[in-house]
Amino acid sequence: MSAPMTAVGEPNVTAITFFFLFVALTVGITYWAARRTKSTEEFFAAGRVISGRQNGFALAGDYMSAASFLGIAGLVSLSGFDGLIYSTGWLVGWPVVLVLIAEPLRNLGKYTFADVVSYRMRQTPVRIAAALGTLAVVVFYLIAQMVGAGNLIRLMFGLSYDMAVGIVGAVMLIYVIFGGMIATTWVQIIKACLLLGGALLMAILVLAQFDMNPLHLFAAAQAKYGDAVLAPGKLISNPWEAVSLGLALMFGTAGLPHILMRFYTVPDAQAARQSVFWATGLIGFFYLLTFVLGFGAMVLVGRDVITGVDVGGNMAAPLLAEAIGGKGLLGFIAAVAFATILAVVAGLTLSGAAALSHDLWVSVVRKGHADHVEQLRVARVATVLLGIVAVLLGIVFKGQNVAFMVGLAFAVAASGNFPALVLSIFWRKSTTNGMVACIVVGTVTSLLLIYLSPTIQVDMLGKAHAWFPLRNPALITIPLAFVVGIVVSLAKPEADALAAYDGKERRMILGVVED
Amino acid sequence: MIDDLQALQVLARKRWRMAIALSMVMVVIYFGFLLLVAFNKEGLGTPIVPGLSVGIFLGAMVIVLTWAVTLFYVRWANANVDEEIKRLNARRGGAR
Repeated sequence: MSAPMTAVGEPNVTAITFFFLFVALTVGITYWAARRTKSTEEFFAAGRVISGRQNGFALAGDYMSAASFLGIAGLVSLSGFDGLIYSTGWLVGWPVVLVLIAEPLRNLGKYTFADVVSYRMRQTPVRIAAALGTLAVVVFYLIAQMVGAGNLIRLMFGLSYDMAVGIVGAVMLIYVIFGGMIATTWVQIIKACLLLGGALLMAILVLAQFDMNPLHLFAAAQAKYGDAVLAPGKLISNPWEAVSLGLALMFGTAGLPHILMRFYTVPDAQAARQSVFWATGLIGFFYLLTFVLGFGAMVLVGRDVITGVDVGGNMAAPLLAEAIGGKGLLGFIAAVAFATILAVVAGLTLSGAAALSHDLWVSVVRKGHADHVEQLRVARVATVLLGIVAVLLGIVFKGQNVAFMVGLAFAVAASGNFPALVLSIFWRKSTTNGMVACIVVGTVTSLLLIYLSPTIQVDMLGKAHAWFPLRNPALITIPLAFVVGIVVSLAKPEADALAAYDGKERRMILGVVED
Repeated sequence: MIDDLQALQVLARKRWRMAIALSMVMVVIYFGFLLLVAFNKEGLGTPIVPGLSVGIFLGAMVIVLTWAVTLFYVRWANANVDEEIKRLNARRGGAR
């Protein structure tokens, strides 16, 4: 059953054909979108005319990265149950986004989450801090996607790493520069449909060999590799580590700039609410599918073959595609994975560009006095800069662990951005100084503690001990950011911010109505 | 207009309480699951039927409950918040 021969890593005609079809379609959409992108409102928020359901698909597209598709399927194929710890963690963040963030964000902000945090505050300090938090998350997430893209494409198409990174950067720039958020949104929607469709097709083909019953598949895995595949394994050994990882996964989603930005593309708070409902349904369904695919790869491909191609197991899903559908399906799945990375990178770049141009240039440098032509030009320049940075970082960080980088992005998002958002939205007494301290302390301490963690000190630098015992800092840094934000706010009350709270609350609930 | 301000604050508090309650529900669900993974590995490995362990079942339940919480909130907000917002916005419009 598990043939040692595989076409993974060879140039694949089907893959290249499907990939070109995807690029042709999305560039066509970009051309259409470019003619509709005349103002910053269209460039950053798609003119706010995306429906709740469309935005739900686009959110799912932004969130279901290649790391989750290839990474979770791989983790499940090698360790069974443990994959569920990540997939549930990435899903449980969504109700938090729904009940705490989505609606207030839509009603209070314009393009970035800094709009919301700085709403009642002095603009310059809060904007700078929030842009810092945004860029930290965007950069780590971009590195993860770029490194993933390079490895994936090298393994799947046989292209060189640097060339793969370059292609992703170039195509992504076409979408974002010309089509802005309108093109990015439709790229996300198409990608979400392709990824869900591809995963569903594979799951059906796998389950067809097991009487369409997942339990028969799991039982086959049990028979092949023992009862351990259905029980918790090595991933969680220390309860503190488990809680810390869980906190980062659960509250990180609510601090991811490219996810938050999507809520500005819908017309109102009700549509923002519906969009999270759709996104949660789609993403949960996708994780159930990846679980089936992981077990399918474990049984139908075999662990030794999977680790033979890639030690981390990242090629489990493509290998499974080949085992159940031959080179044709492999090619299709490879092209879908490529498209997936492309779409996520486009969303990330756009959110980074919004922080650079809307928060730093327009609000801080120009104090809000920049006309639409200038804003749009700066937004495009920022996009190009970020695209170049992304490609360079992808090449510099070649060989780094992708899952680690994503974990880093989630830890920073959960510790830097999420506490400031919650405090500024819901706490009357929050102040400019408090929010700046909250973001800076959350971001800096999470980066510092990651540097001092066993992942860097022991695994990467080869030291015997790490100063900080946990691999994920969220257990310390999330509460710390909240405490710092609260203490600094209480230490020096800000009369203007306090006075503006009632007006802010009105707008947060009722939305923007002229009065 | 004082009534409106009060109604708005009542609505804000109602939303805030629901948001906190549902966030806590999610924390209990997910961290309950994680702590079982950390402290009761054998228990989660117990088979229910061939191919299904307690752990796999509970993991799938976390996903299903996440959907349920999302559905619950959307239905609650559609039924309890939107009407009130419409009413307050109409009053605001009418007062002008």
